[in-house]
Amino acid sequence: MGIWVNKELCNGCKRCLKACQYNAIELVEGKAFITDRCTLCCACVEFCKEKAILSDIPPREVPDFSQWKDVWVFVEQRDGKVLKVGLELLGMAQELASALGENVVGVLLGYNVASKAELLLKYGAQKVYVADSPELEAYSTLPYTRVLTELVNAHRPSIFLIGATILGRDLAPRLSRRLAAGLTADCTELSIDPQEKILLQTRPAFGGNIMATIANRFSRPQMATVRPGVMEAKEVADPKGEVINVDTHIGPQDLIVELIKYQKEAKAGVDITEAKVIVAGGRGMGDKEGFESLWNLAHLLNGEVAGTRVAVEEGWIPQSRQVGQTGVTVRPELYIACGISGAIQHRAGMMNSRYIVAINKDPHAPIFQVADWGIVGDVREIVPLLAEELKERLGRG
Amino acid sequence: MEIVVLIKQVPNTTEVKIDPKTGNLIREGVDSIINPDDTHAIEAAVSLKEKYGGRVTAISMGPPQAVDALSEAIAMGVDKAILLTDKPFAGADTWATSTTLGKAIEKVGKYDLVIAGRQAIDGDTAQIGPQVAEYLGIPHVSYVAGIESVEEGRIIVKKAVEDGYQWLRMPFPCLITVISEINQPRPFHLARLLDACREKAPIEVWNLADVGLKVHQAGLMGSLTQVIKTFSPKSKREIKMLNGDVRSQVRELLSQLKQKKLI
Repeated sequence: MGIWVNKELCNGCKRCLKACQYNAIELVEGKAFITDRCTLCCACVEFCKEKAILSDIPPREVPDFSQWKDVWVFVEQRDGKVLKVGLELLGMAQELASALGENVVGVLLGYNVASKAELLLKYGAQKVYVADSPELEAYSTLPYTRVLTELVNAHRPSIFLIGATILGRDLAPRLSRRLAAGLTADCTELSIDPQEKILLQTRPAFGGNIMATIANRFSRPQMATVRPGVMEAKEVADPKGEVINVDTHIGPQDLIVELIKYQKEAKAGVDITEAKVIVAGGRGMGDKEGFESLWNLAHLLNGEVAGTRVAVEEGWIPQSRQVGQTGVTVRPELYIACGISGAIQHRAGMMNSRYIVAINKDPHAPIFQVADWGIVGDVREIVPLLAEELKERLGRG
Repeated sequence: MEIVVLIKQVPNTTEVKIDPKTGNLIREGVDSIINPDDTHAIEAAVSLKEKYGGRVTAISMGPPQAVDALSEAIAMGVDKAILLTDKPFAGADTWATSTTLGKAIEKVGKYDLVIAGRQAIDGDTAQIGPQVAEYLGIPHVSYVAGIESVEEGRIIVKKAVEDGYQWLRMPFPCLITVISEINQPRPFHLARLLDACREKAPIEVWNLADVGLKVHQAGLMGSLTQVIKTFSPKSKREIKMLNGDVRSQVRELLSQLKQKKLI
């Protein structure tokens, strides 16, 4: 495959030298000579009046991937505790696998974690590969990449999903490059194209201003990362499947990055991603005192308080309670947005909530586009009233 | 110490607007800036050079106007810059981008440390750093919040993770991606910026042939993933706006919530 000159036909006219924008053609003994600067762009082929430049570069074809099967999920554990995002991805994997008629496979790496494999079966895995080794206890990029590369090459999954945690966003790109597989980051929707049977990966871009659907036709596995809280974990009624322990082949070259200290910080505040009810506030709350009414309402609803980036920057709530693109993604049963205009960056973090209430003085605020119920008015009047009426209702039983 | 810093010119996404009719991005009038995380990468590179000596080379792939980002990098103290610009580079996914950047780094020659920003605000993928490291066959640490020490061909970095910090040691050559916590980027050096604007800056422009790639290895043709459609985010919900005086709105809301067993 390439491009070459038929010296018999070449008359040394030099037209091709001018046509080549890479200066990759020289005149050698009166004939065109293509150097290794050639990029195979083939601009010269059409310029040659003598038809002396020939090429046999085939058009790009989609390879046959019929041997690549099953939907894999990398399930992250931290200190031996399985992260929820892995179970959420197993929930998504069940849908994808059923659309493909394939199986859901969980992959678990760590040390003394084999007992956790049952949990993966409970959340929909039909097979679990466990790599259990002291070198895998704390995450390190190269050993994890080594083990997963061997597993993928041996079993050829068609899809491989990884949670977009700090670990996942480190591991997935390294692994994808080693596997020569395409990777789509931070997907918010995944589905199977009914005709082509490929994975359609939808993700926000330009700060969430636009959504893009991406296909991965030219490589396998089709790799995607998904942020925590975006998909839904689904327990299966009758969990069954096999748990397979795999050997690891981690060498000294994989251990050149050494963990010399790990300082765990008790993070202030709570994990709002676990809350069933979230009462959130934005700029419209006015000040920290304005937020008091939200705490009160959240308390009555057994919920948590959250807010927008503005609320964090103003110091009204701590960073751990920020919802949105630069905060966390939440999907509670009920999300009450108070004085939040609903910039796309915020909506991206809460629009998958089961039910959304929006209270805002501006009837054109974008938050109303994603809400189930809307009240136009002053939050500083409405929220305390809501708490008062709720209290009375709860009192009535 | 030979340092390569990877930077990207991005639209200031906080200013990006969507055309409500076409659903396309309106780029006119939107500033182009150095990607915020990348300004911290430049600062980290320049301050390491000031401490340990050596040279900093900045590389950026993009359209011809990305030269502005490189001029600004030079105004921050980068010694030399390379702009990778060519039509066949366009439309690259992170696979093709990391191939192109990797090739360019190899052509720069000997290097000890490659520094990149954690992620760019237009794509938010955070993939390029680890993928370039894998292409080059060197170790990497992402989410670096501090550089603790450099000695005897090794670097110790502080990485931010969800539950705290990790201190990691690795040998050169290696790659790090940095987050904004690592430093405060210095302002542009005015004289250097003026020089850069007068085209006196040491900026080279490389095309596909210069980095040694073929057309099917770069850009859209060399990508493993393709965007098949774009659209404005839309909600499938139908909103019910509540009416009446405030108290009756609140009461109506509560009975709706009660119906759905939310309270």
